[in-house]
Amino acid sequence: MKISLNWLREYVDVRLPIEELARRITDAVAEVEGWRVIGEMWDPALVRVAKVVAVDPHPNADRLRLATVDTGTGTVQVVCGAPNLAVGQTVAFASEGARLFDGHTGELTTLRLRPIRGVESAGMVLSERELGLSDEHEGILVLPEGTPVGVPLADVLGDVILEVSTWANRADLLGMVGFAREVAALTGGVLREPSRSFSASGPDVNGLVSVSIEAPDLCRRFTASVIEGLRVGPSPAWMQERLRKAGMRPINNVVDITNYVMLETGQPLHAFDYDLVRGKRIVARRARPGERLVTLDGVEREFDGEMLLICDGEGPVGVAGVMGGGNSEVNEGTTRVLLEVANFRAGSIRRTSTLLKLRTEASLRFEKGLGAEMAMYAQQRALHLFETVCGGRIASGIVDVYPGREPPRTIVLEAGRIAQVLGVEVPVEDVRRILGDLGFLVHYVPPAKYSVQVPSWRPDVEIPDDLVEEVGRIYGYERLPATMLRGTLPPPEVNPVMSVRERLRDLAVALGFQEVITYTLTTREKLALVTDPLDAVRRNPLGVVNPVAAQHAYLRTSLRASVLETYATNRRQAEGALRLFEIGFEYLPVEGDLPIERPVLCAVLGGSREGRWHVGGGDALDFFDAKGAVEAMLDALGVTGTFVAAEEYGLLPGHTAKFGAGGEMVGVVGQVHPETAAAFDIDEPVFLFEVWAEDLVRHLPERPPYQPLSRYPAVRMDVAVVVDAGVSAGRVLELARSHRSQGVTTRAELFDEYRGPGVPEGKKSLALRLWFRADDRTLTDDEALKVRQGLLARLAREFGAELRG
Amino acid sequence: MTTGTGDLARLEEEALAELEAAGDEAALERWRAAWLGRQDGRVTVLLRGIREVAPGQRAAYGAAVNALKETLEGRLEERRGALRRAALERLAREGAVDVTLPGRPQALGRLHPITRTLRDCLDAFRAMGFRVAEGPEVEWDRYNFDAARIPEDHPARDMWDTIWVNTLIDGKRRMLLRTHTTPNQIRVMERTPRPPVRVVVPGKCYRQEATDATHEWMLTQIEGLAVDEGVRMSDLKGVLYEWARAMFGFDRRIIFHHSYFPFVEPGVEMAIDCFICRGDGRDCHTCHGTGWIEILGAGMVHPEIIDNAGYDSSRVTGFAFGIGVERVAMLRWGIEDIRHFYSNDLRFLGQF
Ligand SMILES: [Zn+2]
Repeated sequence: MKISLNWLREYVDVRLPIEELARRITDAVAEVEGWRVIGEMWDPALVRVAKVVAVDPHPNADRLRLATVDTGTGTVQVVCGAPNLAVGQTVAFASEGARLFDGHTGELTTLRLRPIRGVESAGMVLSERELGLSDEHEGILVLPEGTPVGVPLADVLGDVILEVSTWANRADLLGMVGFAREVAALTGGVLREPSRSFSASGPDVNGLVSVSIEAPDLCRRFTASVIEGLRVGPSPAWMQERLRKAGMRPINNVVDITNYVMLETGQPLHAFDYDLVRGKRIVARRARPGERLVTLDGVEREFDGEMLLICDGEGPVGVAGVMGGGNSEVNEGTTRVLLEVANFRAGSIRRTSTLLKLRTEASLRFEKGLGAEMAMYAQQRALHLFETVCGGRIASGIVDVYPGREPPRTIVLEAGRIAQVLGVEVPVEDVRRILGDLGFLVHYVPPAKYSVQVPSWRPDVEIPDDLVEEVGRIYGYERLPATMLRGTLPPPEVNPVMSVRERLRDLAVALGFQEVITYTLTTREKLALVTDPLDAVRRNPLGVVNPVAAQHAYLRTSLRASVLETYATNRRQAEGALRLFEIGFEYLPVEGDLPIERPVLCAVLGGSREGRWHVGGGDALDFFDAKGAVEAMLDALGVTGTFVAAEEYGLLPGHTAKFGAGGEMVGVVGQVHPETAAAFDIDEPVFLFEVWAEDLVRHLPERPPYQPLSRYPAVRMDVAVVVDAGVSAGRVLELARSHRSQGVTTRAELFDEYRGPGVPEGKKSLALRLWFRADDRTLTDDEALKVRQGLLARLAREFGAELRG
Repeated sequence: MTTGTGDLARLEEEALAELEAAGDEAALERWRAAWLGRQDGRVTVLLRGIREVAPGQRAAYGAAVNALKETLEGRLEERRGALRRAALERLAREGAVDVTLPGRPQALGRLHPITRTLRDCLDAFRAMGFRVAEGPEVEWDRYNFDAARIPEDHPARDMWDTIWVNTLIDGKRRMLLRTHTTPNQIRVMERTPRPPVRVVVPGKCYRQEATDATHEWMLTQIEGLAVDEGVRMSDLKGVLYEWARAMFGFDRRIIFHHSYFPFVEPGVEMAIDCFICRGDGRDCHTCHGTGWIEILGAGMVHPEIIDNAGYDSSRVTGFAFGIGVERVAMLRWGIEDIRHFYSNDLRFLGQF
């Protein structure tokens, strides 16, 4: 909302510098997003108020005229092209050298005078645009009558406009009076409320209109008055100026008064042309399903049975709290006005305006919850203005149908609650002053209670803690100490999956992988590239109704697509090895319930490994780099992984393994199928692995599997065995590692796999390095040879392995 | 055969001259064998000859030859050391590498800046006794909104533009992508039969929002919740103060502004003093000249939510806060565009 400081000063004295005022409002009331100083660049000597004393035709141009203006120090002649120029107007006048905005380009310029079509001009009569007030450049700005001639324009029109963002539950802050009340409470000022007095000289209103409310649950109050003897025309200049500064366009005196009072009180009003109200009666009722009305904006709208309409004797004339109908609009010929000021249930107005997609100044206020008492307040204020500004004759009495009347709310606030919630004792006198300034009626009930009556315009205040907030914000949160939590320890939150996820994250980083975080929403097409057509769950991801973009329409059931995409985009601008990983969720749909959010580590790697230089590299990363990373992670977690050849959708058969721990699969590693890679625009071998955190966590050792260090040296021997080419090296190694004999343990590593000359066709040679060690003695070479012999015998039995000669 | 002391002096001279001429390890070894060798080194032979010395002179003879032996051994070691030093000096001088050549590239992994920031935040709260919990990203509208006191027809809903999930359960329960981590307040209290509760809940949130340099539709938040008898707003201030100093420097200051969130009462926004311009930058892009940077929303848990959890709001109070991790990371490193985080350009990620 835009708050004019000049207008605000009508209700409360403001002496603080603007920076300080803005800061304090932000601290305690609502966020001041910024402010604009009007007239900052108007030189008081060069931009002044003048009066038009004569208007003559321009000798050389039909569309220009010569204005004689009284500048306060004498009269001068200026050339003016404005169509609205007239004798008697008070105007803004600029002399040579004044800083102004160019009327056409809008740029800041300095006024240089030169003859216009052969006639000298002593200055310039200004438009709003030239003054930087608005974009209005159709005619000159006309100042309120009676503005003193010769004074600097900045003195009469200069202002500061605060841009304030208020809260969803504070309709009262959307009125100048409500806002001024807060400023008064903050600064120790006194609120001056606007006049609501008027003389009712017209006929009895009850003879002119009747009102009935058929939906009292939606319409809590309806007040109506009738003003006669009006002539529709422009509203006074001061009112127009304020409306403009608030960001509204002046329309005519009747509409302007309703808008002005709305800006002043926060209570929306609506004016009907009385003579267009059929049957001279108003009914507030629910719409009949399918009922239609053309609203003031010229759009025909259809209503459902829960929307509240304002109707006359024959049909709808307005959408309650949102917008009036075109059929009863105030127009140039209007002489009698029926003024509606009502109160509607907030949720109903919000629903209607949401469904109609019609947000108006009125609906924005109603939906926040207005106090019903405000209706009569605004009604009276508007009648005061109709009488004083438009010379209207007010019918006697105001129709007031008020089925939703509620007694004022009283809240008992225990004094101790303030300290209990805020952590600071607020003295009784401060509590009384603060609440009193905000319009609450406070009765202190010694020793330790306040009985507080809530003002009608604060329906948001419902419970004692709402009062604590009122006290706290005005008292000042800067007066709260910074203290530390006390009390007993909270119970533990046990989340082993989260712990293993974080371990995996650290391990991946330690192994040289860069962490990425990608969007969790993707497309079905991308998911189809990486999920098995037979996987009914992953192929049927949850969609969203209103995605931010088409490429983010489905919750991913696999991380592979996003990580491969990230690989591809980075590959376009980087050579060398790429190692990326993400830890995120797969969102797996569950019938009738929230999806399972399954944590997965997904890593992708490829390109040439680091060489000597930072450009160009060594040999290409391959399957065993991926597997090596997996092995290192499992090893660090104390898990013995078992790898078996496997097939997995999107991975290359013969180059893919699943790995398990404790008999359960906990992940997959393999080369991305070149066709899948190509679908992601990757044209090099790329490898992928996943670790399934929830499955892995079940097989983590409780403690790291610690082995005391042996004090005795190991005996090292190398052997090469020849086996059928189809024998799995992993199983050979596994057997060797499990070999135990008479307190001697075996450590084994593979150091070569060989096929070719020297090894029979269909066979391969595996070279093993063995370390034999006893826990209790130094092994002799003879002992070690015996253990080796036993191992070779087992390898021969299990795999037909022969010692290579 | 006997040798006089004068002969010994000559021998020593001869041996040392030969030693001086030995230029490498092999020559030294030859010299050692010739003079000190166990079989027929010349000094060894002299020692063995003691039997032929007259008994009265044996002691003096033995002492003199042994002294010669020790001298030669000592000089051998000295010579060896000198040769080693000379070789190392040559290596340093002639084999010098160009140390300005780049080092061999290493594979260095890094955490995503959001992970780093998230972890630093969580560590700060863990140090104050907070537990870390989690909750679902796909959430029921009841938890996200209604239980947080944001009813359907309330304009407060405009504060969170929602991405709705395309399923409707039993014709009424609606799923959405949580717009904030606030539903975890409800979830954690639901599963904690009795206070105290003291948790931080990190996770992703989603907004139906157009993206620009400061808006992103996928976000990371940390929800904080402390509920117990005696929890005060001043404790909220203390906890957030500690956190702000952990994240942005020990000399940070904080202030609370009045604010409104339906699930807290009172509600505040917290700002930290601008550590970029230190309060005197009218054109500061970080604080827009105000000297303060809005950083998070917080407040005292609404008593209705406390009561709904089965606690007694007349005795039990609580505070809650919500931190936008992206915003913290942006401030921390001066990142100008929030969209960098999830574009995953390695040129960006490689800087953290
Ligand atoms: Zn700054």
